Amino acid sequence: MPRLVSHPDEVKVVSQRFGLGAANIDRYIELGGYAATKKCLEQGPEWIIEEMKASSLRGRGGAGFPTGLKWSFVPKQSAKPKYVLVNGDESEPGTCKDHLIFLHDPHAVIEGTIIAGLAIGAKTGFIYLRGEYRYLLEIMDKAVADAYDKGFLGRNIFGSDTEFQIITQSGAGAYEVGEESALMESLEGKRGIPRIKPPFPAVVGLYGGPTVINNAETIATVPHIIDMGGAAFAAIGSARNGGTRLFSISGHVQRPGVYELPMGYNLKKMIYEVGGGIRGGRKLKAVVPGGSSTPVLLPEEIENLGMDFDQVGKAGSMLGSGGVVVIDDQTCIVEFALRTISFYQHESCGWCIPCREGTDWLKKSLTRFHAGYGVAKDIDNIQYLAENMLGRTFCPLGDAAAMPTIGFVKKFRKEFEEHLNGKPCPFAKHVELAVV
Amino acid sequence: MSPETMSIFSPKLAARFDALVEKYPLRRSALVPMLLYAQDEIGYLSDAVIAEVAERIGVTELEVRNVASYYSMLRFKPAGRYNVQVCTNISCMLRGAYDLYERFQEELGIGHKGVTADGLFSLEEVECIGACCWAPAIQVNYDFHDDLTAEHVTGILESYRGRAQAEQKATHA
Repeated sequence: MPRLVSHPDEVKVVSQRFGLGAANIDRYIELGGYAATKKCLEQGPEWIIEEMKASSLRGRGGAGFPTGLKWSFVPKQSAKPKYVLVNGDESEPGTCKDHLIFLHDPHAVIEGTIIAGLAIGAKTGFIYLRGEYRYLLEIMDKAVADAYDKGFLGRNIFGSDTEFQIITQSGAGAYEVGEESALMESLEGKRGIPRIKPPFPAVVGLYGGPTVINNAETIATVPHIIDMGGAAFAAIGSARNGGTRLFSISGHVQRPGVYELPMGYNLKKMIYEVGGGIRGGRKLKAVVPGGSSTPVLLPEEIENLGMDFDQVGKAGSMLGSGGVVVIDDQTCIVEFALRTISFYQHESCGWCIPCREGTDWLKKSLTRFHAGYGVAKDIDNIQYLAENMLGRTFCPLGDAAAMPTIGFVKKFRKEFEEHLNGKPCPFAKHVELAVV
Repeated sequence: MSPETMSIFSPKLAARFDALVEKYPLRRSALVPMLLYAQDEIGYLSDAVIAEVAERIGVTELEVRNVASYYSMLRFKPAGRYNVQVCTNISCMLRGAYDLYERFQEELGIGHKGVTADGLFSLEEVECIGACCWAPAIQVNYDFHDDLTAEHVTGILESYRGRAQAEQKATHA
């Protein structure tokens, strides 16, 4: 069972019911659950979207797109049915927040899905969980069945004349399916290959109908915004970055865990105070701020860095999925870069050439390099190759592989040079990586 | 599926599949979960599994294979009864996942995607399983084990050996 952690600086909004038995529907209601949905049924779609816009909630999957705005793009009239699709494919290395949401607060996901459906005029919502999360899917399935039994889902939800159905879905192992159009392909029973955009899902999405796709954390935040009011939620965070966020702090910290902190919280404090500092009395070497696809930051770059989409963007990286991976001074960055690119090489769907070939070449180059067979021009070649993947792929997976690679080479060039001319890696003993 | 057709799945799973295809706006949406649930029961995607799934969904066997080959959890060869999946991605790697993976290799005497001679265990190095804050973590089939060190390996394997023995006794009793 994943360990729950706590820190005085936390502001528990999304995680307020964690550890309180809220997977049980009666307990969830006792804790104030389903009041938000009832309120939304009374207030109607325009009001919901206004509250969401006022909250300045931005997508927690990684792109940080304003949720209220996303919902407002869905056409009011549509010949085809509209859908809500919840992305619980959580696969970005360094990220395990949705894991806890499904485990501790499945009804918040259901409520958020219904509210999104009310806002855009959809009658069906899908909740897609990665295949590895089977035990969490079972918890979700139980919660959905309980909600049907209570009449919170079905033809006449809460006794109204509004219909809303929820269907859960299991994936079967694929990082790429976390990309929204690949997610729809997978849900339609196909290989998870991205679609060319436009058309965007808000216009032509699942089964050709207008579709809103939100990350599970985004959706689980929605009922809390309705409960407390959009403006109150926005006030917790920083400018244009409403509310709190579940940060997954992992790697070489004393107290790894999922912590809910206000948007804009200082990254240095997050590592040294919330995470308890670097374990074993070692020093901080680098930090990956938002999941494996975000460019690495150096200790001097995090001094005054507030963790919101805009500030981390300005610092040359991304807030991404909120997965903070802390790296100590005994870690080989070349090995870390190699393990990162090996992942993207494994997960590239192969549909477009810059990503399929680029990740493969990068993995080969870095493997050779880390094994001590690198030559000086390899360093520039690795950077050149990665830079030429950027913006040239159908979906962001190519960028996700290229961006961190560029960051590692640029910021740790000296360490790459230290691996040259047959010198053994000064840190690592694991040279060959088996994942192919 | 028509009632007179023989299913290779247990009556319970066959009934579940009958319901599953009706759940979606399009029948084909059942394909990916159906393959995974079929694999859970049969152990892998055998030719017979692919044939029956294709018939149930209403697509060709080739199409089923095309989709199945995309997903990393789906396999075309049997795995061990307990499939040990060791995550070595960044967060787990930083906290000793490779030591853990090495110990599993030593104790089981097999490598990546290997199966022990008795068929009890298989081993896989896998990508991120979403347990980064409780690293290093593994999954044995669908069960998570987290906050591990190499010292835990023997105990974990013993617990599954014990489970297999208990199940065997229960079936003979």
